[in-house]
Amino acid sequence: MNEHLLSALVDWSRAQFALTALYHWIFVPLTLGFGFIIAFMHTIYAKTGDEKWKETTKFWMKLFAVNFAIGVATGIILEFQFGTNWSNYSWFVGDIFGAPLAIEGIFAFFMESTFFAVMIFGWGRVNKKFHLVSTWLTAIGTNLSAIWILIANAWMQDPAGTVFNPATGRNEMASFADVVFSETAVNKFLHTISQAYLLASFFVITVGAWYLIKNRHILFAKRSVLIATVFGLLASILVAITGDGSAYNVAKKQPMKLAAMEGLYDGTSNCSLVIVGVANDNKNASGIKMPGFLSYLATRDFDGFVPGVNDLLNGNAEQGIKSTEERMESGKLAIAAFKDYNDALKSGDTAKASESKKILLDNYNNFGYGYLKDKSEVVPPVGITFYSFHLMVGLGFYFILFLAWILYLQMKDKYIKNKLALKLSFIGIILAYVATELGWIVAEVGRQPWTIQDILPTSASVSDIGTGNVQTTFFMFLAIFTALLIAELGIMFKIIKKGPNLKEEEV
Amino acid sequence: MSILGLQQYWWILISILAAAFVFLTFVQGGQTLVSQLAKNEKERSLLINSIGRRWDLTFTSLVVFGGAFFASFPLFYSTSFGGAYWVWMIILFSFIIQAVSYEYRNKAGNFLGQKTYDTFLVINGVIATVLIGAAVGTFFTGSNFIINKVNIINLSEGVSKWTTGTHGLEAVWATFNGYPSFLVNLSLALAVLFLSRVLGGMYFLFSVDNTDIIERTTKLLKKCSIMFLVFFLLFLGLILTKEGFAVNPDTKEIFMEKYKYLHNLLNMPMVLIILLIGVVLVLYGIFKGAFKSSSNAFWFTGTGTVLAVMALFMVAGFNNTSYYPSVADLQSSLTIENSSSSKFTLIVMSYVSLAMPFVIGYIFIAWRSLTRKKITIEEIENDKMSY
Ligand code: HDD
Ligand code: HEM
Ligand code: HEM
Repeated sequence: MNEHLLSALVDWSRAQFALTALYHWIFVPLTLGFGFIIAFMHTIYAKTGDEKWKETTKFWMKLFAVNFAIGVATGIILEFQFGTNWSNYSWFVGDIFGAPLAIEGIFAFFMESTFFAVMIFGWGRVNKKFHLVSTWLTAIGTNLSAIWILIANAWMQDPAGTVFNPATGRNEMASFADVVFSETAVNKFLHTISQAYLLASFFVITVGAWYLIKNRHILFAKRSVLIATVFGLLASILVAITGDGSAYNVAKKQPMKLAAMEGLYDGTSNCSLVIVGVANDNKNASGIKMPGFLSYLATRDFDGFVPGVNDLLNGNAEQGIKSTEERMESGKLAIAAFKDYNDALKSGDTAKASESKKILLDNYNNFGYGYLKDKSEVVPPVGITFYSFHLMVGLGFYFILFLAWILYLQMKDKYIKNKLALKLSFIGIILAYVATELGWIVAEVGRQPWTIQDILPTSASVSDIGTGNVQTTFFMFLAIFTALLIAELGIMFKIIKKGPNLKEEEV
Repeated sequence: MSILGLQQYWWILISILAAAFVFLTFVQGGQTLVSQLAKNEKERSLLINSIGRRWDLTFTSLVVFGGAFFASFPLFYSTSFGGAYWVWMIILFSFIIQAVSYEYRNKAGNFLGQKTYDTFLVINGVIATVLIGAAVGTFFTGSNFIINKVNIINLSEGVSKWTTGTHGLEAVWATFNGYPSFLVNLSLALAVLFLSRVLGGMYFLFSVDNTDIIERTTKLLKKCSIMFLVFFLLFLGLILTKEGFAVNPDTKEIFMEKYKYLHNLLNMPMVLIILLIGVVLVLYGIFKGAFKSSSNAFWFTGTGTVLAVMALFMVAGFNNTSYYPSVADLQSSLTIENSSSSKFTLIVMSYVSLAMPFVIGYIFIAWRSLTRKKITIEEIENDKMSY
């Protein structure tokens, strides 16, 4: 395959992964957060035996089921896509990466789908206690699956607990605990899970606000919105705290991503954080800044040094940062040594083999740089990363303020009369979706060109298949997922329009 | 345990997962039977709800099968999924459309209309069983790929490279040294299709309370069973008489051995016994179902299916055999030894596998709790949550 064909293949494979992941992610956060909200309502019903709560639970459960089905449908392709489209990757790190996927299946997927069936069909068929337990287990199951897949994703960004084995030519697991409990994994899980609770809260708030605007199901809507506001406000604070933790980890493990997130080209100590601004070409982002805050965010010290894109490209002797060219040299040594090692093994030259092995392992932490043709390849798209990050964070702080405000209004019984609050509540879910999809764009676009940080670039990860095949499946996914999304929305709108089965409360 | 012991343990687990999956394709089989068995909308809805409560198990088993194969034999995962791209993509597509169809078919505002979703179910029923059957057939007939692990440093070529542009679809017309491999692949494909229909029919006998449907099902079961037996016996006859892909235990070299799979059965009497018990149970279930309309037929044929499929996987993987042979380059063929994870990962995963009985236990309890009573048309009509 020549270079041109390879880059087309990589682009289409990336496009397909991005498409399927972002579609999957439309449904996932709602499932994750919604499960607990429903379990909470179901518990109130079980405790009080109040028919109102039964209908409330059933109503939200119906929406949950519609969303869950399409979440499952879009998930299956991701599970296999590592093999179908990133086959080199799957071989090179399968020894580590396969484990969380398998564990996720064994522990979480069976759990969520089994108890989902009991939760939906259990009404009147299974004993009430078992039914309630099933609702909780469905919620817990979905969150368990999040743990494992996020561990997998975190490992790509921060490949902990791993050693390269020159004899098998692949990475092998050295410590399961290091893979599972890496700081990146823990933080990623907490950030993702809390933002999912936030998003699900906004779903309830949006639907509730719509009823209130239409003057329908007033009591039901007020009840639901209040639960969701409290739940969402707590979640939104957690989101900000864990987001800060994520940024700190990124600074440590993926400095180039951090530089892109902040549009920082020339690093300094006491580096300022851009609050609102624009990214520039090869110049630090401009706008309203808070002095020293980026240093604090990245190093927990207002005087800490934060490297910019140019420091990482050209090196910075003062700060002990190697230039990309040096790392490319080192990577090329590693790659050549890998070949020599294998040739030596074949010809039975053990002396040469052990010499090559040493060179390989000494330079392995730059292995991925050896594939690069030009140093500029290590810079991710700065504009996309910068704007996505700033919009996500901006929305994050807006959500905290907004939720606190509408909680206050509800306490003072002024919420229903406040047209602006209702309108903003109504569009809440859209903003939450924008933030959540942007989050993944920051995380994934920002780590370009790596599939495994510093070790393997996308161009070496891809399956060796004709671009046309990937193009075809890309459009097949685009068509089928779009059709199914329209169907999902259509069904949801119908269910919401009809409303819960609560005659006595109709206004 | 030695690494070989772990590899064998994991091959047994893969065999069990595969066996469970084939058993659970009764859902797919049932989907293909609905329009033949139902004479009106109410009956259609009854049948769809009957299998609909269990559709997720088949789906999830497939996902877990993929994940477990990835964790234990990553070279298979990367070679087969990336190489036989079209076979797997089409299978996955058929599951994507299945997953939404039950939930969306009778809901207002569903955009594509009930007919479309019901057609999706039929497509999934036929495609998934036929293609998975054909894909497993290639475990005995070989595929077209070359493996070179050093290629990880070579941007222009993959570690695994498929040598045909049809990426797996060639299973349907493939030959090898003049041997009609496609016959093996196709007979297994159709055997799996008809087996799933037989199991689907038996599941209706087990779960549905409706005399008209029971009567029609029993009739159809006779026909499907005959078709199944024809293709299954053809498949068995072919693999037991064909050359197989053997591994020299000392040099690890792959070579062709006459009657390899027959030898494997004879050398591993346990596997032979499992296979025989499996076949007998399948036949007994067919007798009970097709002639006595017995609701227990499902459990006999189901258990038999699990045992027989397990035995077939063990024939493919044990006794110095290549379970995923390459006909493009014999020495690239995958064996449980050359395609597995490291010892460390296999040990970690083995601890994880200890949870499996627990998982199977709660699935069983949940299943029982929902199927204690047979379902009827009235029940479906009165349930707002029904499909
Ligand atoms: C943080 C959570 C999260 C993330 C990052 C992902 N998923 Fe997911 N996935 C879920 C959380 C989830 C879930 C909440 O558990 C779902 C969504 C809706 C559902 O029904 O389960 C699900 C469903 C789901 C299914 C169907 C499960 C079943 O059979 O029941 C598969 C196979 C996957 N996912 C696989 C993946 C892969 C391979 C991903 C990575 C690229 C991925 N998901 C990202
Ligand atoms: C769990 C393991 C994951 C792996 C192995 C993985 C791998 C990849 C790969 C190989 C690409 C294409 C190349 C690239 O652009 O980096 C990609 C892109 C992308 N992925 Fe991930 N991903 C994972 C999880 C996720 C998840 C869970 C999401 C969110 C739902 C996600 C969101 C994205 C996005 C938005 C892109 C587009 C970025 C771009 O193409 O530039 N990824 N991912
Ligand atoms: C309040 C301030 C927030 C901060 C400081 C913040 C910070 C971050 C950072 C640094 C990352 C990148 C992590 C990585 O690359 O490994 C990230 C990712 C992400 N963010 Fe945020 N975020 C905030 C708010 C939000 C909000 C409001 C949402 C959605 C409602 C959200 C959803 C996500 C998602 C889904 C990801 C990808 C998963 C991950 O990598 O953890 N974030 N966030």
